Amino acid sequence: MLDPAAHVIAKCGGPEAVAAMVGIHPSNVHRWTYPKDKGGTDGRVPTRHHRKLIEAARAQGITLTPDDFFHGAAKTPAPAAAPAADPARFPHRHILGIEGLTADQITYLLDRADGFVALSRSRRKADLLRGRTMINLFFEDSTRTRTSFELAGKRLGADTINMSVATSSVHKGESLIDTALTLNAMHPDVLVVRHPHSGAVDLLSQKVACAVINGGDGSHEHPTQALLDALTIRRRRGHIGGLTVAICGDIAHSRVARSNIHLLTTMGARVRVVGPPTLVPTAIDRMGVEVFHDMAEGLKDCDIVMMLRLQLERMHGTYVPSLRENFHFYGLDYDKLANARPDALIMHPGPINRGVEIDTAVADDVERSVITEQVEMGVAVRMACLEAVTNNLPLPLPNAEPRS
Amino acid sequence: MTTRTAYINARLMDPSCNRDEIGALVVEDGRIADIGAGVLAGGAPDGMAVVDCGGHVLAPGLVDSRVLVHEPGETYKESVASAAAAAVSGGITTICTLPNTNPVIDDVSLVEFMIARGHDAGLVKLHPFAALTVGARGEKLTEMGLLREAGAIAFTDGTAAIADPVLMRRALAYATTWGALIIQHPEEPNLARGGQMNEGEIATRLGLQGIPPCAEVMMIERDLHLVALTGGRYHAAHVSTAAAIDAIRKAKGRGLDVTCDTAPHYFGLNETAIGEYRTFAKLSPPLRTEDDRRAVVEGLADGTIDIVASDHIPQDPDSKRLPYAQSIAGATGLETLLPLVLELYHNKALSLMAALRAVTCAPAARLGLDAGTLAKGAAADFTVIDTERPWRIREDHLLSKSRNTLFDGRPVQGCCLRTVIDGRTVFARED
Repeated sequence: MLDPAAHVIAKCGGPEAVAAMVGIHPSNVHRWTYPKDKGGTDGRVPTRHHRKLIEAARAQGITLTPDDFFHGAAKTPAPAAAPAADPARFPHRHILGIEGLTADQITYLLDRADGFVALSRSRRKADLLRGRTMINLFFEDSTRTRTSFELAGKRLGADTINMSVATSSVHKGESLIDTALTLNAMHPDVLVVRHPHSGAVDLLSQKVACAVINGGDGSHEHPTQALLDALTIRRRRGHIGGLTVAICGDIAHSRVARSNIHLLTTMGARVRVVGPPTLVPTAIDRMGVEVFHDMAEGLKDCDIVMMLRLQLERMHGTYVPSLRENFHFYGLDYDKLANARPDALIMHPGPINRGVEIDTAVADDVERSVITEQVEMGVAVRMACLEAVTNNLPLPLPNAEPRS
Repeated sequence: MTTRTAYINARLMDPSCNRDEIGALVVEDGRIADIGAGVLAGGAPDGMAVVDCGGHVLAPGLVDSRVLVHEPGETYKESVASAAAAAVSGGITTICTLPNTNPVIDDVSLVEFMIARGHDAGLVKLHPFAALTVGARGEKLTEMGLLREAGAIAFTDGTAAIADPVLMRRALAYATTWGALIIQHPEEPNLARGGQMNEGEIATRLGLQGIPPCAEVMMIERDLHLVALTGGRYHAAHVSTAAAIDAIRKAKGRGLDVTCDTAPHYFGLNETAIGEYRTFAKLSPPLRTEDDRRAVVEGLADGTIDIVASDHIPQDPDSKRLPYAQSIAGATGLETLLPLVLELYHNKALSLMAALRAVTCAPAARLGLDAGTLAKGAAADFTVIDTERPWRIREDHLLSKSRNTLFDGRPVQGCCLRTVIDGRTVFARED
């Protein structure tokens, strides 16, 4: 069957049933199966009906998923591996961290994200988030993460708004909670929040009615970064479990390291952390990782080398004597990389400090470095996260939908 | 005309002389006129008011040796009046106040102000600590002699450590002139700088900068050397780590004039109370590991830790409803001091007598106060305690202006039924 509308109509029990479900005349439903030049929709169900139809179908015990609306459509083949959106598989209102997520929930997000990669590459937009408003609330400078979230929201049809709040102005006046209450009164559906203090996003999430996605809080967690790293690894290697991953550099100040440790250990990878003792936090071995202070040893036979940026802005006092010395012992160059498996992938959450933690030639090695791929996966993963949390929200108010 | 009141049918418990007997206590003109098992055995004479204690414990009023009242300066968090009302409802008859107000209590007129405010409140007896350094900035000594004459009972920079070893040496030496007590907040500030909680697995998971536990023992060890050098009198406030307690245990063995106290948070909770960034559990020193908590209980049991103080640091919601790193440390404690100390008795860590000693005669003796005893002739400051009554701590039932208790919802056993100061009943539980 190459006609998604017919497929959906059949699945829902005929045109009359579908008409009743969405509240339109059956003749309009028939028209979905006509070609465009005859006043039809070319075999597509108009996107404005998707959500209502899914809801109504669910109420009647019919399993209808967004993929059904693309079923058999030649122009946008649904990714074979991607499972249908299923709120039951991701029952969280917020995504505040990786800690606490199960392997199945992580797999679900990665599977959904995999499907969105194809959508992104096709330059098409879905409208799963049509009528939704998301606000990017950034208390810390960011270009890549904010842009990535914005693009993810737009590719799903959400209205996206960016707010940058310099921390200094927060110090002067409005507290974090007041900011949260102000935004809450504007009724957004999703808040994406980045904040320089650990736990701040968690605090904010307790005060708002919408879904909250952590875009990075202090040195605590950066869940979407870990998910995009995982997606990159999985697409390259086919699996995560059983791999040996070395996370190298400034572990102490890194939220990326913490989220990745949680994710990778949950998915069954072996995780090593490599860095000078001053940048490896106390008792990190209790999180299930092996600690190395010698980079050659730490990289030995590993499948993935994940480099971290030296977060100089979070360092008060000396942690490493100089960048030159740091690069000498902990910068990734071909000599050190030679200890890893020959096909080991090089990853970096960006922005890269060339010559500080990674040699330029290594960073640009198209055979080994997947740094730009990580950026691409970032958008897909954030689409999956946005979809997952909005699926657990109440539906948008009916007047947000254009009338039929 | 003298007024006499008899408190009969009481279990008289006086840790200052290890009295533990059923009997009666007679108050005359605000002082204890008589006490003992045989007192009023033949019944109270006509005209004497009689209070039947119902067999409950009658103990000296509690002496809380570490209270921040926030007056002057931040009376929206707490005032002398509100702290006094909270204190007496918890069986406390004497409080010693920290100098970390705005302005800092570092001047004779400010010490006099604090004492006057205590009188005005007319409830609990207030004894101010004076700052050891001007502005509690740790740079220049205050006028210790004059402050002492004005009524300051000991010297401390309160919530700030005396970091400079030369200054600490001079302070200890100078204070020996009057035998004045120096109280330290034992934390090496450079090592602790930027720290938010106890260093370890939980801090690492939460992405919060840790304070290594050795920051406490380092400062205490340094001070102990200076005490040996100067012959000074030294008290380490709110000790929280096993190593620090061990250092003090050894110093006492060497005969140094050293004491220490702890607060209920440090034997009632450990760092897991922080959970997911619970700012009410942000304290200075931070909550420690379970091993340290047990060491605090052991230190109390073997007498290394002399005193339990509430470490009452009230904070308003705006100081606590912040990201963890930005929130201000401290927790209230006046009203929960008694039940949490009694928890040590109910858990069989301490005898009832030892538990009461740590909050009555031990702090009174160390600070040289006329309090903490039921001796004949002493001020009639005492409390009647039902040691068994179960209840649940509720933040919205607290009388302190601030509600930042760490123990909200905790089931406890034992409460104050009546508090008497100078023979006057200042609190009586109605239910």
